Formats: sequence, C-alpha cells, structure tokens
Amino acid sequence: MKEIGAPLLDVEHLTMRFGGLVAVNDVSFQARRREVTALVGPNGAGKSTVLNCLTGFYRPPVGRMQLHSGRSTPFLLERMETFHIAREAGVIRTFRNPRLFAGMSVLENLIVAQQADLMRGSGLSPVSLIALPHYRRAARRAVDRARYWLDRFDLAHVADRAAGGLSYALQRRLEIARAMCARPRLLCLDEPAAGLNTAEILQLKRMLAALRGEDDLSILLLAQNMSIVSSVADHVVVLDRGVAIEDGTPEQIRASSAVTRAYISVPPGADIVTSMDIAC
Amino acid sequence: MAAALRLIKSRALIDAAGAACIAALLAIPLLGLRLNETGRDAGLTYHLPWIAYAALAVFFARLGLSYLRPWTFAAPAASRLTGYAPSARLLHGSINLLAILFALGLPWFSFADDNFIDRATLILIYVMLATGLNIVVRRAGLLDLGYAAFFAIGAYADALLSQRFSLSFWECLPISGLLAAGFGLAIASPVIRARGEYLAIATLAFGEMVQTVLVNWIPITGGAKGIAAIPRPSFFALSGATRMNEVDLFYYLILAMVLLASAFVWRIGRLPLGRAWDALREDEIACRSLGLDTMAIKLSAFALGAGLAGFAGCVFAARQGLVSPGNFTFAQTAMVLTIVMLGMKNQLGISLSTIAIIGIPEWFPALTAYRMIAIGIVLVLAMVWRPDGVSTRRAPTMRLMRRVARPTVETEAQ
Repeated sequence: MKEIGAPLLDVEHLTMRFGGLVAVNDVSFQARRREVTALVGPNGAGKSTVLNCLTGFYRPPVGRMQLHSGRSTPFLLERMETFHIAREAGVIRTFRNPRLFAGMSVLENLIVAQQADLMRGSGLSPVSLIALPHYRRAARRAVDRARYWLDRFDLAHVADRAAGGLSYALQRRLEIARAMCARPRLLCLDEPAAGLNTAEILQLKRMLAALRGEDDLSILLLAQNMSIVSSVADHVVVLDRGVAIEDGTPEQIRASSAVTRAYISVPPGADIVTSMDIAC
Repeated sequence: MAAALRLIKSRALIDAAGAACIAALLAIPLLGLRLNETGRDAGLTYHLPWIAYAALAVFFARLGLSYLRPWTFAAPAASRLTGYAPSARLLHGSINLLAILFALGLPWFSFADDNFIDRATLILIYVMLATGLNIVVRRAGLLDLGYAAFFAIGAYADALLSQRFSLSFWECLPISGLLAAGFGLAIASPVIRARGEYLAIATLAFGEMVQTVLVNWIPITGGAKGIAAIPRPSFFALSGATRMNEVDLFYYLILAMVLLASAFVWRIGRLPLGRAWDALREDEIACRSLGLDTMAIKLSAFALGAGLAGFAGCVFAARQGLVSPGNFTFAQTAMVLTIVMLGMKNQLGISLSTIAIIGIPEWFPALTAYRMIAIGIVLVLAMVWRPDGVSTRRAPTMRLMRRVARPTVETEAQ
C-alpha cells in the first residue's frame, strides 16, 4: 500500500453551507499517496472550507471523505472528532495565520504535538509522577524527534525561545515542523506562502520539495496562485466559488482557460483577451 | 510632538470626564440617596455633595491612570517565557526552602500560641483551595465561578459521614476528595464544551444550586443552621509520643497536605498533562488540530481542582467543628479567585497572597471592614498594570540547549 500514486484521500460530493451561502458545492477530488496535491483558487473559493471539513472543524451536511490508511477499512473523516482525525487518521493541518502556543518555547511546541505518544509512553500521566524509566524514554524519544525536525527546518538555534517572539517566517516554519512532529499521513498546509517575501517563498519551496521524499507522507497544499504550486505539486485541483472547475497536472491547469476565467472573473462564453499568465 | 501631547491630554480629559459622569450616575442611588429610619417614619435624605465627591475622585483617578498608561503593559507573548538563569532558580529555590522551613518550625516560635496556629491552619486551608483553583484558572484557563461548591461538598461529606456513619476523619478525608472530584467530573462533562463566559455562568449556576440544596434539604444538611459537633481528627498515639498538642498536630496535617499538593502540582506541570493544560490555554484550536483530546484535558484540570477543594473542605469542617451554607457562598469563590489572581502562579505567590487576603483580617479584625475595598483596589490596579495577571511567566518544561552540551543527561529540566 505504500506505492506512489495509490489513492490516499477520496473526497466525494462534499458540500458545505453556511445559512444560504454555499461555500463548497459538490466538490470531489482525490489525493494520492506520496504526492503533493494542490487546492488552488482565488480568495473565497472554498479552499479553507474544504480543509476545515477534512479536519473536522466543520461538519459537512453532504459528502464523503475517506482516508485510506492501509487498514482494511478506510477512515470516514466526516464521522470523526477533530482530535481523532489528527491522532488516528493522521491528517494534520497548519493554519493560514499560524496558531502557535505563543507563550511556550519552540521546543515545547514540538513536544505538545507528540502528546499522544507521550501519554501512551508514560502509561498515563499520574503513574509517571515519579519519573519512571519508560516515561523518561518516551520523553527522550519526543525530544529527539523534535530535535530532528528543528534541524530539518533550521530552527535549532531558537529552540528555547518563546514561539510568539519569532519572526513571521520562522513562525510559519515552526508550524510546519510542529505538524511534522505529529507524524502526519496527510499534511495539509493552508496557504503556507501567505505573507512571506520572495526569498522566504524560495526557502519554503525547497523545504516542501525535501518533504516530498519523506517516508509515506502526502501533502495537501492550499494556495491562491499557481506560482508556488507549479514547481512542487503533482496534481492540482482548482476551486472557484465553491466548485471544482479543473483537475489535472500543473501543465494541464496552465493550459486551461477556465482557470484564467476564474481569476479575472470573465463570465463563461465571453472572450478572454488578457494573457494566460495572470493566473500562473 | 507638542500637538501629539495636546491630543493625548485632551483625550485623557475626555476619558476622565466620561468616567466621572458614570461615577456620578452610579453615586446618585448609592451615595446621594439615603434612607432614614427614625421610629416609624422613614424618609429619604439627599446627600448631593457626595455625588460630586465621587465624580471628582473618579475624574482625578482616571486622569492619573491615563498618564500612567505608558508604564502599564500586557506582557507580550515572548516575554511570558522566562529564561533559565541558574542564579534566579537558585534564589527562587532557596526562598521556597526558607518558606517551607518557616512553616515547619512555626509552632516552636514563642509568639505562636494555639490561637495563632489555629489561624495559620485556616490560612493553609485557603492555600489548598487556591492551589486547586490555580490549576483550573491559571493553568488550563477555565473560569470556574462555582468553586466553593466543591469546598462545600468536601466539608459536608466529612460532616455527614462522621455523624451518620461515624466514620473517622481519616476515612472521611479520601472520600471527601474523591467525592468532590467526582462531582467536578459530573457537572463539568456536560458544560465543558462551553467556552469562557459560558462555562463561567454554568459553574456559577452549579455553585448556587449546591447552596440552595444545602439551605433547603433540611433533614440531611440541617438547613441554614448547618451541622455542628463535627469531631476533630484523633492523632492516636502521635500526640503522646511527640508531646505536641492537638492544634499543632492538626496544623502539621494540613501543612503536609499542602506540601504534598504543591509537589504534585509542580511535578504534573512538567509532565505531558501539565504541558497540555498550558497549550490548551494558549490555543485550543491548535491543540485539537494536533490530536489532543481537549475535553479530557479540560476535565482532568477541572476534576483535579475540585478534588483539592474537597480535601480542603474536609479539613475545614474538622477545624471548625461546624459547617453551614454561609461558608460556601459565591463570596468564598470570589475570595479564592482573588488569591489566585494575585498569587504569582507559583505556590509561594499563592501562599503570600493568601496571607495578605485571609491572614491580615484574621489578625487585625479592625481591618475586616476594609477587606473588600482593599481587594477591589488591588484588583483594579492589577487590571491596569498587568491585565494578564500579576505574573503569568513560566519557565519552559524542557530545554534543548542543555541537551546539546551534555547529550546523555536526562531530558527533563528539573
């Protein structure tokens, strides 16, 4: 089940309404194992709503979201609690505005992400009040894992500083490192490039490219434009006003006129006179 | 520059004038009108100058605060994390040690007669209460306004079990704590999903419910009169062997419980559960997205706080020999909450603020009338200077850099 390209996430007919507003309308797509799947669309297209449904923050009234983990039955995400989706199904997300534990140190942020392991390793907390050896081992493993990801994301020099005091770019990186510490099967990044400058975006692209080689990790990348997507994504789904309008490789998307229409708001049927590169 | 200064000044004036207007409006019924009851005829007298005094006092106080504003601050997130300066930790540790030694040696001081020790016992009971509420409010960030209810459950459990089933104090003690923790779990599980002020209202309602039950379930609780003649604990051969009197032994009992609770809280703060409380307070949504069972974490904090209140209640009932609903009103919760707010989130700070709020009026009864005023002023000042608490600093529970230097030492920072 670990081969590249086997289906990992199946989203079928996902619909989410807020009162009269249909934020996501009958969206279906597939994310495949060890690939980077990108959800692209302009502001308000429904990308974040899809992500919130996937991670259990919203309860979609219609639709099925199956995560194939290699067990005999897939996880049905629409029926699971938020923390179960993260802990059992391994769908870990970041947020468009980083949500760090601001008053805790960078290291502690990464340790909290391994809470489930630590609790299990400590045989539940009350027993470990007197520092039993197996709790110490679990704690050491957690710090080692944190250390590994601090090094990978070039954060080791700020490990003991408060997370809230880091620069914006470092906070973004820390949030991804924290998500990696939670051992995701599917890592969902909500507009990781938002608010970063050109150099920082280049760095982010390098890190994402490096993550692709990670063992059994698949990525769902939400982005407003194609610039970051085209170099890292294997597969792109374009959303516009809650509807999936395109689905294909980055090259196919670049060649499609529907995407350009979505970005420059041309009504269907009208001629496009602008350059295709607006969206790309 | 000068223009900016003028603007600030004028805004401060407008702000102060607005506050003065509100104060004047409030002062009309509170200070301006007074009911005269001389014999059979009651009449209103008007004290108009008092309204003006109140308005003027508020005007100048508010104006003063506006000028102090540059020195007030909410600590930014980054500064809430203290460093690990070994000297500061050594100082802190030795102060703690001195405080513990002082508490241990207290009965041997010449000024410490039985009366003194008895009052010290009461203070320690409140330290225990504040320790529990500190977990709920300051660690997990849940506002519990019905905390006195758990204190009441512990106290009435001791009173009823010892009287009706003639259980000894030593049997009642664990039962009281577990019962209070159980009630904490039971009432918290339906309302814990509520956030912030909704949880506060739900717990407030629970506190009032317990109060109502205590007053009205007369066959069991004795109504407003309460339950009297609760036996004090017997210390068996201990009092003969150590030639200490019962008051001192009782003091040592609650001191041992407080020290045990402090050690427990200190230790659990460094364990995954304690870290999860901190994380929950920082960002609940992030916790859920990382797979933390936020309900269970909240419930654990709530039940632990309730359990400590139950233990405190049991000791309280045994000390007083009498429990009545008046001991467990909302005012009691508010008092403990004030202690927790002023306490600096560590055990020493809690102990000091308990001495200030409970102890001073005990020893200087003349000041009792001013207690609420003093608490009010102190809380207003705390809100102005440090809206996020007098000290919400915390040291990290783990540290990487020490590990880098000595890779084989334990990962837990002591």
